[in-house]
Amino acid sequence: MAETVILVLMGITSVAGALTVVMARNPVYSGIGLLGTMLSLAVIYVAQLAHFVAAIQIIVYAGAVMTLFLFVIMLIGVDRSEDTSENLPRQRTAVGVLTAVTVGLAVWLGTSSGFSWIPAADGEPDPGATNGTVEAIGERLFSHWVLAFEVTALLLTVAAAGAIALAYYTRGRSAVE
Amino acid sequence: MIADWYMLLAAVLFVIGALGLLVRRNALVMFMCVELMLNAVNLTLVSAGRALDDLDGQVATFFILVVAAAEVVVGLAIIVSIFRQRATASVDALSDLRG
Repeated sequence: MAETVILVLMGITSVAGALTVVMARNPVYSGIGLLGTMLSLAVIYVAQLAHFVAAIQIIVYAGAVMTLFLFVIMLIGVDRSEDTSENLPRQRTAVGVLTAVTVGLAVWLGTSSGFSWIPAADGEPDPGATNGTVEAIGERLFSHWVLAFEVTALLLTVAAAGAIALAYYTRGRSAVE
Repeated sequence: MIADWYMLLAAVLFVIGALGLLVRRNALVMFMCVELMLNAVNLTLVSAGRALDDLDGQVATFFILVVAAAEVVVGLAIIVSIFRQRATASVDALSDLRG
């Protein structure tokens, strides 16, 4: 019961935040809307016993990623409003089709039995099996997924080096000489 | 079952992100819409993992988060370097390769 209340409340705030991202004219408002969506999803993760995911959602997404976004928005200027005079006929058609597909999916999910094709989803979920504490995630991460974990370390190094190279490069001459 | 409603919320968030990617022309806002879609997928993975009694959904979410962080770092660096040359963040201005 409590989970349903949390889901409804956080569902409303996350969808409101997502709509703000899409509809706000000012990119700063878009950023704040995205922040609201991320915080709402973190609450939903806590309700689903995904404690570690909720923590990194706030630290990495709401903290690091959104700070970077707001920094870049301030860097390239917030007062440049978008030119919306141009017509986008194909995109509008695609928007209509996507919306129709989503509404159809929602109706189908609501009327059918939903996830009955997943065998284990018939009964109630076992809270002990998916209690995402740091210990449980870490055990899984450093035993079964240890190679993927090492590859992400490489990916982060490459991304950081690439970002520095992009930031230093200026036309005609490199700042790192 | 409540997992259906989590899936529905994730689908709604994903489609809002996809619509934003189609109708906006500010590169930063389009990038935020991509982040929104990634967040929706994370919610799907956590909910499905819970419905299946499998912790790997949360581990996969961790990996998506790491890749998203790397993507944001490189993507924002590209947007800033484009802005230095063009003084605009609109993707319509980037038509150098048009035939």
